[in-house]
Amino acid sequence: MSTGTDNIIVFDKVNKWYGNSFHVLRDIDLQVRRGERIVICGPSGSGKSTLIRCINRLEEHQEGRLIVDGTELTDDVKAIDRIRKDVGMVFQQFNLFPHLTVLENLTLSPMYVGKIPKKEAEERAMTQLKRVRIAEQAEKYPLQLSGGQQQRVAIARALCLTPKIMLFDEPTSALDPEMIKEVLDVMVELANQGITMICVTHEMGFAKAVADRVIFMDQGQIVEQNTPHEFFNNPKTDRSKDFLSKILGH
Amino acid sequence: MAETIIFQSKPARPAPNRTEGLLPWIKLNLFGTWQSALSTVIIGALLVLYVPQFLNWAIFTSTTSTNADACRAAGVGACWGAVVEKYRLIIFGRYPFDEQWRPLVATLIMLTMLVVSCIRYFWSKWLVLGWTVTLAAYFILMYGSLFGYLDVFGLSKVTTDRWGGLPLTIMLSTLSIMLAFPLAVVVALGRRSHLPAIRSLCTVYVELIRGVPLISVLFMASFMFPLFMPQGVTIDTLLRVLVGITLFAAAYMAEVVRGGLQSLPKGQTEAAASIGLSYWQTQRKIILPQALATVIPGIMNNFISIFKDTSLVTIVSLYELTGSHGLAFNSDADWRPFKLEGYLFIVAIYFVFCFAMSRYSLWIEAQVNKSKLR
Repeated sequence: MSTGTDNIIVFDKVNKWYGNSFHVLRDIDLQVRRGERIVICGPSGSGKSTLIRCINRLEEHQEGRLIVDGTELTDDVKAIDRIRKDVGMVFQQFNLFPHLTVLENLTLSPMYVGKIPKKEAEERAMTQLKRVRIAEQAEKYPLQLSGGQQQRVAIARALCLTPKIMLFDEPTSALDPEMIKEVLDVMVELANQGITMICVTHEMGFAKAVADRVIFMDQGQIVEQNTPHEFFNNPKTDRSKDFLSKILGH
Repeated sequence: MAETIIFQSKPARPAPNRTEGLLPWIKLNLFGTWQSALSTVIIGALLVLYVPQFLNWAIFTSTTSTNADACRAAGVGACWGAVVEKYRLIIFGRYPFDEQWRPLVATLIMLTMLVVSCIRYFWSKWLVLGWTVTLAAYFILMYGSLFGYLDVFGLSKVTTDRWGGLPLTIMLSTLSIMLAFPLAVVVALGRRSHLPAIRSLCTVYVELIRGVPLISVLFMASFMFPLFMPQGVTIDTLLRVLVGITLFAAAYMAEVVRGGLQSLPKGQTEAAASIGLSYWQTQRKIILPQALATVIPGIMNNFISIFKDTSLVTIVSLYELTGSHGLAFNSDADWRPFKLEGYLFIVAIYFVFCFAMSRYSLWIEAQVNKSKLR
């Protein structure tokens, strides 16, 4: 099932409400090309997290169509399962499983969802841990690691599914300043390897370095989208000018 | 250009020890403030007053004579002879006297299996087989056959209404714990289901059971339930009582388990969903291991309650440990005055089991919390 273009994600007039009154996503239209690297920014409560959480159905949209890698997201559980195998996600709060070792965190899904043998899953996990430069911590429990190390483990866990798309939901917001760089370095490396990436972040340096496109959201809408160069040097709307002056002003 | 100053951190040293030796400990903990000193003195005085009295009664002037008249003599304290005389009846209840080796062996097998199940080394699928064999052996020994089948051992038939004492207490609590725990987990998950029908069913079950005392559940199971059965269909009282206790205990336990489920951040479920785990995989691998670990103290509370609540089955004429104590003393005018000694005997038995359970709970807490240690 091809959508006729090389778009891996298509939002078509997507709307979502929380409860009866809070209209969190309003007529979202968005096409993401295969291999594209997108940074989403905007003030808090603007719907950026909700937007990317719709892509792996952690949130349901109520109106419009959302197509991920040729499969439309509906109530069809099988379709959701298929999409989740192709979409990795990294959370603000890491959300590692504290009762499992780092290695067990990584092998869980390949073994139980991917149905590959334990040995192979462990090899795959070690490869990913080396990729995020933390292989020596494999036998530790998550709470024994620093925040930056935990987030890198979380990235490795998502990569163990060999996803086509990686979603990052403010991956550095819960980290101490000293640890932000080690996580960003891993993300930059990943971005250079051709995986489709959508990243909600306020790390403008990261956006400038790797993003193909910056999307600015406010009040549930996409207000502006452009190349990082254009967006930072020549913002088009008053809302984005105001936002940029606040986050770059100090 | 100024030279860079190299920072060097001080080496870590051990924390100062404030309470060395017995005297400083006493001073700090027993006489730290004037309130604490006052309560130390009052409690100390009460102990000096009553402990010798109790020891005098329980040990120094006590007798182990099995002659009731010797016990009635002036100046004689506790009559442990009452326990010596009655222990077979207290421990085995109405089980035929000459066949009492059968409940003894059956209970020893079951206790061995309980101890084995508690040891980490043995945690494997073989436990299921072990328990199947244990339960079969228990019922064959106690009943004479496996409810009519496997009647090949030449044992005489002993119906369940003759079973009693400690073997009954242990079997009832073991089985109801083993059945109630999984049921509680399912009900707790059900109460958080997003399917309204399952959620209301589980809520109604918990609220109904919690709204009535265990005694009335046992009455219903024992006396009212048969009235609703078709003519000629009878279900063993023991079985009905077992189901009653299980359903009762599971309702309470479900709420404890639900507390553990609530304590987990939503991020755990979301992370599990994001790596493609199904609902049941998520519950089994991620949610339950963490939720149950946090509620071990509460669950052990439930287990200990169940163990002691089995004493209520006396009400429907099943003479477990407490019931068989009554059986031993109430109808025997000679020994009735020495009921208290009998009580202390069964208190000691209950205490040993309950204390073992709470110590085990502490150990298992330490085991599962390893991942939280830095």
